[in-house]
Amino acid sequence: MAGKTLYDKLWDDHLVAENPDGSALIYIDRQLLHEVTSPQAFEGLRLADRKPRRIDANLATPDHNVPTTSRAQGIDDPVSRIQVNTLDANCTEYGITEFTMSDTRQGIVHVVGPEQGYTLPGITMVCGDSHTATHGAFGTLAFGIGTSEVEHVLATQCLRQKKMKNMLVKVDGKLGHGVTAKDIVLAVIGKTGTAGGSGHAIEFAGSAIMDLSMEARMTICNMAIEAGARVGMVAVDQKTIDYVKGRPFAPKGEDWDAAVAAWQDLHSDPDAEFDTVVELRAEDIEPQVTWGTSPEMVVPVSARVPDPAAETNLIKKEGMDRALAYMGLKANMAVGDIPLDRVFIGSCTNSRIEDLREAAEVARGRQVADSIKQAMVVPGSGLVKAQAEAEGLDKIFLEAGFEWREPGCSMCLAMNADRLEPGEHCASTSNRNFEGRQGQGGRTHLVSPAMAAAAAVHGRFVDIRDLEPVQEH
Amino acid sequence: MEAFTKLTGLVAPLDRSNVDTDAIIPKQFLKSIKRTGFGPNLFDEWRYLDHGEPGMDNSTRPLNPDFVLNQPRYEGAEILLARTNFGCGSSREHAPWALLDYGFRCVIAPSFADIFFNNCFKNGILPIVLEEKIVDRLFAEAAANEGYRLTVDLEAETITLPDGDVINFDVEPDRKHSLYHGLDDIGITLQQADAIATYEERRRKQVPWLFND
Ligand code: SF4
Repeated sequence: MAGKTLYDKLWDDHLVAENPDGSALIYIDRQLLHEVTSPQAFEGLRLADRKPRRIDANLATPDHNVPTTSRAQGIDDPVSRIQVNTLDANCTEYGITEFTMSDTRQGIVHVVGPEQGYTLPGITMVCGDSHTATHGAFGTLAFGIGTSEVEHVLATQCLRQKKMKNMLVKVDGKLGHGVTAKDIVLAVIGKTGTAGGSGHAIEFAGSAIMDLSMEARMTICNMAIEAGARVGMVAVDQKTIDYVKGRPFAPKGEDWDAAVAAWQDLHSDPDAEFDTVVELRAEDIEPQVTWGTSPEMVVPVSARVPDPAAETNLIKKEGMDRALAYMGLKANMAVGDIPLDRVFIGSCTNSRIEDLREAAEVARGRQVADSIKQAMVVPGSGLVKAQAEAEGLDKIFLEAGFEWREPGCSMCLAMNADRLEPGEHCASTSNRNFEGRQGQGGRTHLVSPAMAAAAAVHGRFVDIRDLEPVQEH
Repeated sequence: MEAFTKLTGLVAPLDRSNVDTDAIIPKQFLKSIKRTGFGPNLFDEWRYLDHGEPGMDNSTRPLNPDFVLNQPRYEGAEILLARTNFGCGSSREHAPWALLDYGFRCVIAPSFADIFFNNCFKNGILPIVLEEKIVDRLFAEAAANEGYRLTVDLEAETITLPDGDVINFDVEPDRKHSLYHGLDDIGITLQQADAIATYEERRRKQVPWLFND
């Protein structure tokens, strides 16, 4: 019999029951809650007169609606305010730990979980948010669920699931200078398409992946959903263990030793079989820029915007035509000629300390171009913000003309006040370039933090690999 | 949840692939803490010419005449015909809530995004996967025939076309059972409370650091 994949192991380890109808009941170790997808779940519990099964298996923080300007005045938008207040009230009522808006530990759930050591190897973790795949970077079985399932987990600590297929995305070799995890994952999506991973749990492996830091692995797993997969994972290695050690929710003392011993098996067996395998060479990956309205509409920065006339699949061609019209771009134009209005550095994909360091490295000693109306940096959590300030990154950004904001989802989805105006182009480190995602009529181009910072100072996309070092004076 | 047994309904064709949940229900409407009332804002950015915000009187907003659901011939549609990867993107259950609130009980497409597909079943909507060729045929027929209706029979797993042709589809037995009887998933799972308790006790011994109560 073939060996097990990492996903097989995690699945087997959490199997509560296999039902005759082919479904399975799996145990959920931890859940993250935020204000947008939880109110109806709590309401459902109340209506059915049910209680959460395990209070200690939930951690909450508001992130989607919170303002990124000063928090002192609370939230202006009354509808957003009700939603955040509802989360506070639900957590208070049931005794669930919450990092409220004024807590320095508040932030985007997918930044907060790992930062707190709440995300641990070998566990199952869910959240009413599709980017829950982020936590798979720790050898965690983590996936996004809908609100009914949030309620289901609250009430039963389990989910009814079908086992997914196994997919291996293997990236071997050495990344070029200036090429980052974001470019890897965009290149993968460019290759597989946004439905390529449907029905699969993806394991990212290969030397280029294992060479990455934990934060970079999170960037990759974060966007598994943009490849169509609910789950993205990386095997546990020493980096994983070192990252988790000492964090507030991580096991301590004897528990720690037992945990580390238990985590040694969290990798696919050498003879494990995958249903689908995709391979890339790291050397072939260039900095990536999306040109269209789906993450698969992506090209290397040195390339041109594709021409629908060359597409033989009619439905695809129509999709490309529609995307070009929405984006206000012409086929065959150089990526460097795409006009830009705003720059957004943030989101659960790229708002961790390393992302901010990479962007600050580019911003240091340079100035945001006059043609850019706004360039904002939004740290992923209050702790990331504090760390960045301790390192002086805020000063670098502010001196270069970037705005330095309070943590939250911000312009990744524009549920708060941060948004694009119709027709504006934005170089964004987030994960979705859908129509209207960053504001109605807004046009999003997904890039890495360094590429976004470089786009801010040049007023257009440039190849980060060509950037001259700033002269010291 | 309302049971889904058999439905004869008008078909509205939405001829785009990769329709994401941001398009199905834009984020500004996710601020609601209710499950209902999303129907008037289904496909908001395509459906109206102005920018929609919660609390607006949708009946006075300018409609986009080019958007398919605004054509009088599709008024009252209950079956949505869609293209590949329908429902991709965010996990928001507001997407099926909006479809349901608008009046759709069934979505037919060559493929769906996983989370959306799952969310449909929790809300009394039947998502049906059919081969691309068959979906193409339905698109062509729906466009050519005003008042084009299909009969979807969950029990028999069949779709009957106006000309009497019958198309079979598959639905997983457990999902079918819940949807057909309108059952609450939590109630079903709680019937396995003993198995959950047994697992939990074992897990507590294995990984005590995950239990902080
Ligand atoms: S940062 Fe963006 S993608 Fe991430 S959780 Fe927030 S809204 Fe979703």
